[in-house]
Amino acid sequence: MKALSQKRRHPLAAIALLLMGLLLTGGLYAVATTVNEAKASTTTYSANDTEEGGKLFAANCATCHGMGASGTADGPSLVGVGAAAVDFQVGTGRMPMQMNGPQALKKPAQFNDEQTHQLSAYVASLGAGPAIPEEDLVNGGGDAAAGGELFRTNCAMCHNAAAAGGALTRGKFAPALADVSGKHIYEAMATGPQNMPVFSDSNITPEGKKDIITFLKQIESTGSPGGADLGSLGPVAEGLFVWVAGLGVIIAFTIWLTSRTS
Amino acid sequence: MGNHSDGSPNHSGTVATAGQNEVEKFQDPGIPPHRLRLADTDPKAAKRAERQVALLFGISVVGTLIFLVAYFAIDLGEDSNIATIRLQNALLGVGTAFAMLGIGTGIVHWAKALMPDHEVSEERHAIRYEEDRQAAVRIVDDIVEETGIKRRPLIRNTLLGAVALAPLPAVAIFGDLGPRPDNKLAHTMWAPQDGKLKRLARDPDGTPIKAADVTIGSAFHVIPEGLNELHEGKLNEKAKAVVLLMRLDPASLHPSEGREDWGYNGIVAYSKICTHVGCPVALYEQQTHHLLCPCHQSTFDLTQECKVIFGPASRPLPQLPIAVDDEGYLVATSDFHEPVGPSYWERDMHERSINS
Repeated sequence: MKALSQKRRHPLAAIALLLMGLLLTGGLYAVATTVNEAKASTTTYSANDTEEGGKLFAANCATCHGMGASGTADGPSLVGVGAAAVDFQVGTGRMPMQMNGPQALKKPAQFNDEQTHQLSAYVASLGAGPAIPEEDLVNGGGDAAAGGELFRTNCAMCHNAAAAGGALTRGKFAPALADVSGKHIYEAMATGPQNMPVFSDSNITPEGKKDIITFLKQIESTGSPGGADLGSLGPVAEGLFVWVAGLGVIIAFTIWLTSRTS
Repeated sequence: MGNHSDGSPNHSGTVATAGQNEVEKFQDPGIPPHRLRLADTDPKAAKRAERQVALLFGISVVGTLIFLVAYFAIDLGEDSNIATIRLQNALLGVGTAFAMLGIGTGIVHWAKALMPDHEVSEERHAIRYEEDRQAAVRIVDDIVEETGIKRRPLIRNTLLGAVALAPLPAVAIFGDLGPRPDNKLAHTMWAPQDGKLKRLARDPDGTPIKAADVTIGSAFHVIPEGLNELHEGKLNEKAKAVVLLMRLDPASLHPSEGREDWGYNGIVAYSKICTHVGCPVALYEQQTHHLLCPCHQSTFDLTQECKVIFGPASRPLPQLPIAVDDEGYLVATSDFHEPVGPSYWERDMHERSINS
């Protein structure tokens, strides 16, 4: 303990403390998020699922979406949005909404897989809508090149060519797509959550959606061939780096050049 | 020139005086005493500095070798993958950085630690001698006198006229750099060809779109049918003709007079080319019905015929009039009714000729 208190004024002490804090929060966050990781989804619902889902809905969702999910002034009707919409919104933690704002944010999911399944079953029973996609459509294995072309045409303008996300109007934004499960990407395309347009099967075929997911997983696993991508945010991040780091090095060199040697 | 390596602060030679007969107000403090460096007094330190410089030059050599090895030894053949490219890129960069920085820092360190560092001051020369100035004025006067330009206004005026006119050919030549676009910007591929209306097709694969495919909330990226079959100028045509197709609740659209039949059951098509500087406007928010241009944040409201509600764009996005053909496919009933994209010199003229 004495050694520790002596070393606290060491020039590197602040950095060491910062690193420790970051590691600790990162570790806790990782533990917290893995608890809710999605397992294999099945698209068969029993009558019991629907009934349990109805109870969960009445207890957690009906305030805004109304009894029977018919919608109120605070929330839209959910009749016909399909199981995929519920699985996406509840599975990524966007629903139930934390607060009113420009858009519902991703956060640790409030319901576990079984409850999400039951809620999907209930909403799916209200009217036909996009179903939760089959396993083989969301696990990659498609044509990454074709997926890249579809992505650049349909998705890149909002989500960034490297899927790093981007800003929209009045506080809304398109999120980054790294670490989003293939199932949730597929469901987002099929249902058009919040301000995202719908990309129905007649626009992008299920095969095309599979290609897009393959492409996204491919760029996620290969990384940037050109070295540090600085968040793939384009000229702003790169400019900041050059102004701060590049000019910093130049200033350091000029100071060294004009200083006297001992 | 005064050599001050002896460290004496006096005899700098320059003295500030306020006037000829006034008392001196400031004494030039001269250069501070010279402080010897470690390497000047201690041969061991000098030897160490020498080794450091040599080490820096050695690092440069190693950097160059790293570059050469990375360039020639890493094979980017058929079976190489992205990881290999990354490795080579990284090594080329690191090698170049060490090669250049090694030489630069080595020379600077050498100059700072080992080369003589005595301070030297140079006297400033008198700025101007009056005789020189007068001689120069005399020469100019002589030239003006001998040319007789003051006495012969005819020569002077014709010379001025000739010089003023001489750059005009350059203006004409630069004006003709490249072919003039004429009215190419005013027409797109959407114009019906031989009486046949162009179908709306998906970008990139070019398959035609049925009205029933476009569900509410959808956004389709659209190119004219037949664009992919073009052999020449495909990109130019695509750059003008790209369209975003969206479907929303028909009740939320408020078409102005004469444009009621430009959409179909809430399906509307708008040019994707921003009217500000021509970026593709395709960030569609399906609930607010805003279209955002990613370049300068111009925002267009789809429910008000893409009126500009924010940002630097000055005109709404041009709408493409669409209908449904016998087989249920969406077709463009005519070309855009105004030139798409940013303003240009003859735009108003072209717009009038389109609508006349």
